[in-house]
Amino acid sequence: MTLTRPTIIQGGTVIDAASGREGLFDVLVEDGRIAAIEKPGQLSSHPEAARIGAEGQWVIPGCIDLHVHLREPGEEWKETVRTGAEAAVLGGFTSVCCMPNTKPANDSAEVTRFILERAREAGAARVLPIGAISMERKGKQLAPYNELAKAGCVAFSDDGDPVADAGLMRRALEWCLMLGLPLSCHEEDRSLSCGGCMNESPLSLRLGLKGFPGVAEDVMIARDIELARFTGGRVHICHVSTARGVELIRRAKNDGISVTCEVAPHHLLLDESCVSGYDTHYKMMPPLKPHEDIEGLFRGIEDGTVDAIASDHAPHDRDSKLVEFSRATVGILGLQTSLPLFVELCSQGRISRRRMVELLCYGPAKSFGLSSGTLRVGSEADITVVDPLKKWSFAPSEVRSKSKNSPFIGREMTGRASQVLVGGRWVVRDGALASGNKEVSE
Amino acid sequence: MVDHLLGIEGLSKNEIHRYLESAQSFVEVSERDIKKVPTLRGKTIVNIFFEPSTRTLASFDIAGKRLSADTINVSAGASSVKKGETLLDTVRTLESMNPDVLVIRHSESGAPHFVAQHLSRASVVNAGDGAHEHPTQALLDLLTLRQHFAESGRDIEGIKIGFVGDVRHSRVARSNIWGHLALGNRVRLIGPTTLVPRDLATVFRSDRVEVAHSLQEGLDGLDVVVCLRMQLERQDEHFIPNLDEYSKEYCVSERVLARCCPQSVVLHPGPMNRGTEVTGDVADGPRSLIRRQVNNGVAVRMAVLYLLARTAEPHEVFEP
Repeated sequence: MTLTRPTIIQGGTVIDAASGREGLFDVLVEDGRIAAIEKPGQLSSHPEAARIGAEGQWVIPGCIDLHVHLREPGEEWKETVRTGAEAAVLGGFTSVCCMPNTKPANDSAEVTRFILERAREAGAARVLPIGAISMERKGKQLAPYNELAKAGCVAFSDDGDPVADAGLMRRALEWCLMLGLPLSCHEEDRSLSCGGCMNESPLSLRLGLKGFPGVAEDVMIARDIELARFTGGRVHICHVSTARGVELIRRAKNDGISVTCEVAPHHLLLDESCVSGYDTHYKMMPPLKPHEDIEGLFRGIEDGTVDAIASDHAPHDRDSKLVEFSRATVGILGLQTSLPLFVELCSQGRISRRRMVELLCYGPAKSFGLSSGTLRVGSEADITVVDPLKKWSFAPSEVRSKSKNSPFIGREMTGRASQVLVGGRWVVRDGALASGNKEVSE
Repeated sequence: MVDHLLGIEGLSKNEIHRYLESAQSFVEVSERDIKKVPTLRGKTIVNIFFEPSTRTLASFDIAGKRLSADTINVSAGASSVKKGETLLDTVRTLESMNPDVLVIRHSESGAPHFVAQHLSRASVVNAGDGAHEHPTQALLDLLTLRQHFAESGRDIEGIKIGFVGDVRHSRVARSNIWGHLALGNRVRLIGPTTLVPRDLATVFRSDRVEVAHSLQEGLDGLDVVVCLRMQLERQDEHFIPNLDEYSKEYCVSERVLARCCPQSVVLHPGPMNRGTEVTGDVADGPRSLIRRQVNNGVAVRMAVLYLLARTAEPHEVFEP
């Protein structure tokens, strides 16, 4: 629904990492942009404005997820752009960057435009496609980066198929320098991961499951950091899951290399012991890690090494999970659980509220060079209002995605996006998708 | 609540002895002229093997038949699995025939656990899953050792046992180690660092497990040596340079046993690669219990099937 008249989000606590603003403010939205942010009551000169009450709630920039799988085109039974974009706004995300591992892969303007058209029809979150690094993501031939960028791609990635050829990676980084766009890299040396389906550790030896050693991720992070240093290109490390990986990125940042990184919520909240019962809902890539790695991720979050939280939202149908562990698909849903799980980490004191907002909004925007992720006056009105005390259960009926593969289903959550605005349009209202074209009214 | 035998991990000393005592009483049945008891008459046992096997399948089949159960053997090669059916659909189809026990072998670790979670009525017996566990093999190894030590007036509890070779990939070793730890024994894992990783001992959360990378040091003072099968594929996966290099360092020969642990007995779960992990003079010599292991296979599987499938009323005769 469009806010056809000015709207004031009033009474909430504004938290905005980009401007450093944190406190009680009213936010005036006009013509799809943030028109003013003032102390409570100062916006009384707009008596005609509609009001959204946000008392006791957090008013933050619309969250941005740099890593989601929307499955369309090609696997529409798992997810569509529409269901994914709707799940996104319900979870507080106003922008999602979708990986190119569709069928066909997003290695042409046609696919990019198709995804953007489907996103426009859905009218929920902004969908920002990520183009492929190589044709068909096969690591053999560079994708047409300029064509993809002009069509609307915001970054490039071969997603779950890491670029094994360092020479190709080098040229990709060099080419993308001209576009100023980052390469988003799933870091895995396949000759080391060897088809491993859980973290290599005493536990994998006990369970008899093939192990994926953390070093398979670390050596590729090290390689891409060196390539970024050499070329001057921009590397974004996907879902870093090892303490050593965080340390490598920390050092690279200190060296002034253009590297950013994201962490997935499941790598912080779940550990490798979850797979003890061979439950395929805990099969992730990279695999869940032991405590030492999780502590390393939290250290990276605290000291600023980690730039973004990205869910790696990976919808999969039930049948692809109801098989032997080693044969099951990898990944879990993330769009509707990221924000509440982080609110939970906040209330436990594991992470500060301000840092959480930075990781969900401004951090991801900076990583991909997006203009969103802030509540600065004049910016587009992508706004999420979070009710941090809202108690709810992530019941199957709450899942907006077409798939229901999440170990968090049934979990009691605290915190939820109550209101979401995308470019001034009120898309989530009182925790539910706004429907129709109703006027904003009190 | 349906009982399963998915692994040795987690079994108590008493539970293990219960299986062994029951098995010992079935040894006698197999020595009779008429090798059959009516214990499981009217029960149905499905042996479904997704991985080729000769001895384990034959021994489960004979065990079921000697207990008078109806047994059906399904091998994955001939079943609908090859037509793309999922494991779950295959076992649900079999369950619709109301078996009392489903014996499953599968190349993927955890497959029997997955099946057990999704079946409501049948007991599941793990006949070997990937690199995870092979509980009936461990029980027959334990029975063999129990008999051996009893004959020389000793107890199986308190011995020192070593496993030589590819411990990393061995489900037989995994199950045996859990069993020996439950019985209070000391365990040594012997092999190159690629197959016996340095942190392997920590898997078992016990200070009675230790790792040795030299055969001579590893064998020192052992009561029992278990030789594990070395597979040629390990060469292509870079776990060993080649079989020749491996056997020069780790083949268990009479010479090295006589020097390091002269009193020891030797087990091998089979099938054996003579000259690779064990020499012929050991396999066929006086310290070898390998033939006895094979003989005990049927009795152990009878005990497992009996304890899982018997009807509610207790058969005191086989109770410990």
